[in-house]
Amino acid sequence: MINRRDFLKNAVKGIAGLALPLAAIEIVSPRKLFAAKGETGKESKIRWAFLVDTYKCVGCGLCVKACKLENEVPYDANVTRTWVERYVLTKDGRVFADTPKGARDGFTTSKIDLGEGKFQDIKKDDIQKAFFVPKLCNQCENPPCVQVCPVGATYQAPDGVVLVDRKWCIGCGYCIMACPYGVRFFHPVYKVAEKCNFCYHRITKGLKTACVQACPFGARMIGNIKDPNDPVSRIIRNERVSVLKDEYGTRPQVYYIGISREVI
Amino acid sequence: MVHGEAWTVKELFVTPNEYIYWSVQIVMYPFMTGLVAGAFVLSSLYHVFGIKQLKEIARFALVFSLALLPVAMMPLQLHLQQPQRGIEVFLTPHFTSAIAAFGIVFSTYGAIVASEIWFVYRKYIVETALALRNKADKSTGEKIYHLIFSLLTLGSYDISEKALHQDEKAVKILAGIGIPVACFLHGYAGFIFGSVKANALWMTPLMPVIFIMSAVVSGIALCMLTYIVVMEIRKFLAARKKTTYETYESTEEIKGIEINVIKMTAKYLLFFLIFAISLELLDLIFRGYTAVKTWDILRSVIYGKDFLDIFVFQYGIGNLLPFILFLLPGLTIRRTVVGVLLVLFGVFMMRWNVVIGGQSFSLTFAGFMHYHLPIIPHDIETFKEGLFGALLVIITPFVLFWGLNKIFPVFIKEVH
Amino acid sequence: MKSHVWRPLFVVIGIVLLILIARQFLVPKDFGIHERGYMYGWYKKSNEEYWKTKIAVKYKSAEYCKDCHSDKYAMIMQTPHAIIQCENCHGPAMEHPSDPPKLAIDKSRAQCLRCHYPLPYPTSGRANIRGIDPEKHNPDVECSMCHNPHKPKIGGTK
Ligand code: HEC
Ligand code: HEC
Ligand code: HEC
Ligand code: HEC
Repeated sequence: MINRRDFLKNAVKGIAGLALPLAAIEIVSPRKLFAAKGETGKESKIRWAFLVDTYKCVGCGLCVKACKLENEVPYDANVTRTWVERYVLTKDGRVFADTPKGARDGFTTSKIDLGEGKFQDIKKDDIQKAFFVPKLCNQCENPPCVQVCPVGATYQAPDGVVLVDRKWCIGCGYCIMACPYGVRFFHPVYKVAEKCNFCYHRITKGLKTACVQACPFGARMIGNIKDPNDPVSRIIRNERVSVLKDEYGTRPQVYYIGISREVI
Repeated sequence: MVHGEAWTVKELFVTPNEYIYWSVQIVMYPFMTGLVAGAFVLSSLYHVFGIKQLKEIARFALVFSLALLPVAMMPLQLHLQQPQRGIEVFLTPHFTSAIAAFGIVFSTYGAIVASEIWFVYRKYIVETALALRNKADKSTGEKIYHLIFSLLTLGSYDISEKALHQDEKAVKILAGIGIPVACFLHGYAGFIFGSVKANALWMTPLMPVIFIMSAVVSGIALCMLTYIVVMEIRKFLAARKKTTYETYESTEEIKGIEINVIKMTAKYLLFFLIFAISLELLDLIFRGYTAVKTWDILRSVIYGKDFLDIFVFQYGIGNLLPFILFLLPGLTIRRTVVGVLLVLFGVFMMRWNVVIGGQSFSLTFAGFMHYHLPIIPHDIETFKEGLFGALLVIITPFVLFWGLNKIFPVFIKEVH
Repeated sequence: MKSHVWRPLFVVIGIVLLILIARQFLVPKDFGIHERGYMYGWYKKSNEEYWKTKIAVKYKSAEYCKDCHSDKYAMIMQTPHAIIQCENCHGPAMEHPSDPPKLAIDKSRAQCLRCHYPLPYPTSGRANIRGIDPEKHNPDVECSMCHNPHKPKIGGTK
């Protein structure tokens, strides 16, 4: 009896002795492991950034359609990785906005979708200004969605794109809650968090994202902000661009030309 | 169907991916952890501060908080899209996330409660184990009991005077550590919400404190309620001379103890209730006064869409009414039952208004979402995150308590 | 230390050890802290490969169609519709023509109305596209009855 217990005790101690330091270091002192793997100093030469010119967007929604098909988000599911919003500002100062089905089928009516099956038509003469704003993941420099993932299932790749590990995500939804831009949702098939990742399978092959390619008007552009000769990088540096909700400290990397303060 | 679509109705300008992702189970989660924490704090008031009047309810509260413990985890598990992966929180914890450390805080707390109970009941466990061991031909049931109790002794049969004294000391220390941990556990649930900067309603540093206060309130209320129910059953049994426990009291005796305990506990309930309400009102006033960008939409939610839920159900029926009921002189058992039920309802509504209310407006600040609790389930999702899922979570602790009571009988005389 | 008081602690330590040991087996080997540090870079490295390689490229662009459907390509390039990718109206190419052998043809009026429904929004590019009122402009028939999408001007091929 005593012998067996002693043996067990020692065995456990032995295994623990082996397992504990490894495990502990991994959690407690990340830098060490990081250095040991020799990954430091290899900073990526790429940082993807996106540019949206809202003057050019006509709200055809072909980008949304292309995105859904390219990224296998069920076409009829009411979620989408990218969408287009319409803003209509009237002369008497009211703001109307909608995005029916995320504009998957474009905007083929002048009526504003008020939800719950209600619509409001706005007369042409009442309109002060009106425009379309495409939205997608901002691939923030400080992504709050990644910060709050309890298990490390979502992360920022070295080139700045935030990805989700479909095999590791537990589906708690905390990242969805944490995103100030509402770009995340649960994938209806995989049942894990899903988001725009700048068509990672395309951009890493030198292609443009599906939405950029599908846009007939050049309203969407993607580029490498670390490359000084990149056209997108040049515009972001040389022209007046803005970002969405920067008050959250997320440092979003989707830049906009021509949005006004009504856009949130 | 997309997760959340079944119970979300959108109004005005809402972006395509927004749904009420955190539904009734996430309302249950802080409600249940609140009950755990509250029950524990109540029991500790006796063990640590030696408030003698609470002696009777303290042991009861302790066992009850153990029964509630697994149930605090249940809603989380039920709302996960991939419940089988829940264990990953322990495997690859990401401590920058408020949920990650929850696993650890929660387990620490669980260990403390379990150990404390072990010390409180050690004498009983050992005695029972020995009695069963010495019994000659055991029935199958008794064999199982014997096994359970032998395991529970953890191999120590020492119930000398000295050992029992050590137990007592250990209980005190554990209860002492337990209070901050219980508060932390629950304040932490508040932190999970309070730290979501994307949500205008949730983000406030007061959230953890508000959660702790209302947790204690709800925990005490539930203990009182269950205590009364159990006492009534005992009265009933005593009247028919059929009680199963050795402690054998007359109906009158039980009645006397009951009302005394209840009166005392009610005082503590009121005390914490005042705290909770003050903090919540402070939060509300502060938001209104500073009126930052998001106040417009918050105001239309608080004073408009959710007025009924917040001011009538939560503050009115859930706080003010029981407050008056408890303050009126000549407290009776019946009035207490009504009071604590209302308090429990009030705290539940508070959780509801935080969790659902926080998701009832869009990130665009120009649209709303309405939550329709699924009643009749038509698939696994609407069961888990519907009325029946919530009821399941409510019932489980009572079932567990009944089971635990077989091992740790709450009403035996003279354990500490 | 011989006292029974420590026994619950041993149990707890035992459970913790169990988890730590389980970790060794259950956590993928390449799970760790990567370029962006613990806050943003705590993940399984090989998952990057999943996103790079496991998703098929479906949209191929007009250049891909150029050789086989040179007539359409040459035709549309002469018109204002040159800016529209073929796949916007025919769906993603995938591995066409091996799979699928034929691409879809979206002849719906809604497809054309994405751009041609008149929304004369000031400050938006939409205002510059000539719109038609679908209720009045030859309703109930497909637009391609009269307009060749690859050469939309009336008096083109059709
Ligand atoms: C390798 C040559 C090849 C390429 C590249 C190719 N196609 Fe085709 N396509 C074919 C062939 C062959 C058919 C079958 C013709 C038939 O059966 O009449 C076809 C059929 C089609 C059809 C259906 C015609 C009908 O009559 O129903 C469409 C639409 C089409 N292609 C569009 C495209 C588009 C858009 C692209 C570029 C994304 C493209 N194709 C690229 C060879 C090609
Ligand atoms: C604005 C939408 C649109 C675009 C852009 C477009 N097509 Fe088409 N395409 C159509 C429609 C509509 C038809 C059916 C025409 C008909 O019924 O006469 C068609 C028919 C075809 C066919 C079937 C053969 C035929 O003669 O009917 C082929 C092949 C084809 N398109 C290839 C292309 C290619 C290649 C491109 C890009 C260079 C392209 N299309 C761009 C709308 C479009
Ligand atoms: C992606 C947006 C888009 C779609 C989809 C589209 N068009 Fe066009 N279309 C344009 C633009 C841009 C022009 C040129 C602007 C103008 O002249 O108003 C144009 C011009 C035209 C013209 C006038 C051509 C001329 O030279 O005068 C016709 C007719 C036309 N389109 C018909 C169609 C039909 C039919 C369809 C559906 C098969 C269609 N369009 C789909 C964008 C589109
Ligand atoms: C019955 C034949 C017919 C059909 C069907 C038809 N159109 Fe036309 N469309 C015409 C003719 C004829 C003209 C040129 C005369 C004119 O300018 O009104 C024209 C002109 C246009 C123009 C140029 C208008 C301008 O102001 O110059 C556009 C854009 C257009 N059509 C789009 C469409 C679209 C989109 C559809 C389908 C929803 C469609 N058409 C269906 C016959 C047709």
